[in-house]
Amino acid sequence: MDPIIQVKHLCKTFQVKGSQVDAAKDISFDIERGDIFGIIGLSGAGKSTLVRCLNLLEMPTSGEVIVDGKSLTELSDAELRFVRRDIGMIFQHFNLLMQKSVLDNVCFPLKIAGVKKQEARERAMELLRTVGLEDKAGAYPAQLSGGQKQRVAIARVLASNPKILLCDEATSALDPQTTKSILGLLRTINETYGITIVVITHEMAVVQEICHHVAVLDEGVLAESGTVQDLFRAPKTEAARRLILTGTEQLSRMRGGTAVRVTFSGQSSFEPMIANLILEYKMPVNILFADTKNINGSAEGEMILQLPDVKDTAERMIQDLRAKRLGVEVLEHYVG
Amino acid sequence: MLDKDMIWMLVEGTRDTLYMTLMATLFGYLFGLPMGITLMVTAKEGIQPTSRVKQKVYAIIYKVLDVIVNIARSIPFLILMILVIPVTKAIVGKSYGSAATIVPLTIAAAPFIARMVESSLQEVDRGVIEAAQSMGAGLWRIIWSVLLVEARTSLLIGVTIALGTILGYSAMAGAVGGGGLGDIAIRYGYYRYQTDVMLVTIVVLVVLVQILQSIGMMLSRKLDRRRA
Ligand SMILES: Nc1ncnc2c1ncn2[C@@H]1O[C@H](COP(=O)(O)OP(=O)(O)OP(=O)(O)O)[C@@H](O)[C@H]1O
Ligand SMILES: [Mg+2]
Repeated sequence: MDPIIQVKHLCKTFQVKGSQVDAAKDISFDIERGDIFGIIGLSGAGKSTLVRCLNLLEMPTSGEVIVDGKSLTELSDAELRFVRRDIGMIFQHFNLLMQKSVLDNVCFPLKIAGVKKQEARERAMELLRTVGLEDKAGAYPAQLSGGQKQRVAIARVLASNPKILLCDEATSALDPQTTKSILGLLRTINETYGITIVVITHEMAVVQEICHHVAVLDEGVLAESGTVQDLFRAPKTEAARRLILTGTEQLSRMRGGTAVRVTFSGQSSFEPMIANLILEYKMPVNILFADTKNINGSAEGEMILQLPDVKDTAERMIQDLRAKRLGVEVLEHYVG
Repeated sequence: MLDKDMIWMLVEGTRDTLYMTLMATLFGYLFGLPMGITLMVTAKEGIQPTSRVKQKVYAIIYKVLDVIVNIARSIPFLILMILVIPVTKAIVGKSYGSAATIVPLTIAAAPFIARMVESSLQEVDRGVIEAAQSMGAGLWRIIWSVLLVEARTSLLIGVTIALGTILGYSAMAGAVGGGGLGDIAIRYGYYRYQTDVMLVTIVVLVVLVQILQSIGMMLSRKLDRRRA
């Protein structure tokens, strides 16, 4: 265990005209070195607030943020500026300098670090090659597409050789295709440079695509955290369940009966089990939804079944499925 | 009538007016630009430091500057001119003529310029400032490489407006012996009923403002990279 980021009892309260908003309530978690760590939550859950506390763009009301052994709130301004060079950040709206060329944008962090101009330019060109934009060096951000702008932002953030990369909804303004390519680029960066990446998102698909670990935020509270696989197979909290089931709730909101969500590793064959259930109990089992997802490399199956409207039978079926070591959750809220 | 002497006088008047306007704008920015930057930075929605103590200091600096600028801006220019005569005398040695007028012009222009600079800088995208902060940029770096660069189009438009306004003030200064075209317009057009002279000075003033305006707008458009 070698955590590069440790968050301890972090609280953040905003004062807004007399009333106060608790955007982070006693949040604690660790992020391992080299991990791709997701922070997921609905809009307003406090994700941006939390990630901005990780480089002190937002000052925590209380609690501690320890990055690479240093407690950020105890640093002087100068020390903090220095540590920030190790913590890159990319944003939903890219935040490039609009009046500067692509090359100058990538040179900017090097300029801050006092790197000589010629050297900075060479390094910037190299980084633009890495993100596939060397032909756009002389262009201005306004002339680029969203995906290209995010690539420039990524090249820029890599310029200072950060140890950590914070991404606040970095793909939320992009179409699915571009999202995939940006996430692919982030994974490459994680693998080639060993940079720890923190991914803030409201989309489970993004977490499933690249994250290894994930924390679920719900109204300023850390609802649960663990591996993406565990969250996918057995979400422990309502907040996590809501996020996982987006897109499937319409399917399961059907007639009577008990709906269950069954997860299984893609290799195991699931077909006979349903057939067996039907044969054994002589009752119908409906497949409302079935999908196989790629969760950082391994195939994970997901199925929503509608069990018979006979409570006793349904319960015994669930026990049977559980006996086969499948993840089974009853979706009470989604049947009506 | 418009004889040779008269034309020569108008040429000299134009030169004096331009001299006063450009010098006062230059000095106005010398004081107004740092004031405007300070206003933007120290404002609550500005670039807040992390330490509580510094935040307090910022709040005080903002309040003081804000009050000074507001007071200075609410004094009518003609009254300000008379008010600062001792200062003018101390600096220039006399209180009439073009060189002397630069002093009150500068004093009137600086707070007005400060406000324009402040509002130009406020237009800079917060996200870009935060991106710079996240890279470890300090305050000076942010001012120099982010605020002034990203706001340059708006700042240039501000310069254009400042030039036009100061030109107008300088003409007003003519009423109390300030020299330049305003002086000529009042002496010949008003006291001697030479309407033609007054008309010519007005035309020259209009043309000057037009030229300054066009140059300013052209430059700011040329320097703007936000359009594809
Ligand atoms: N500067 C601020 N002043 C006051 N309240 C704030 C401020 N920033 C955030 N909040 C409040 O804190 C809560 C969490 O906001 P935050 O932006 O962290 O949510 P989020 O999870 O990032 O949402 P989204 O997905 O919409 O970006 C919200 O209720 C928000 O209104
Ligand atoms: Mg957010």
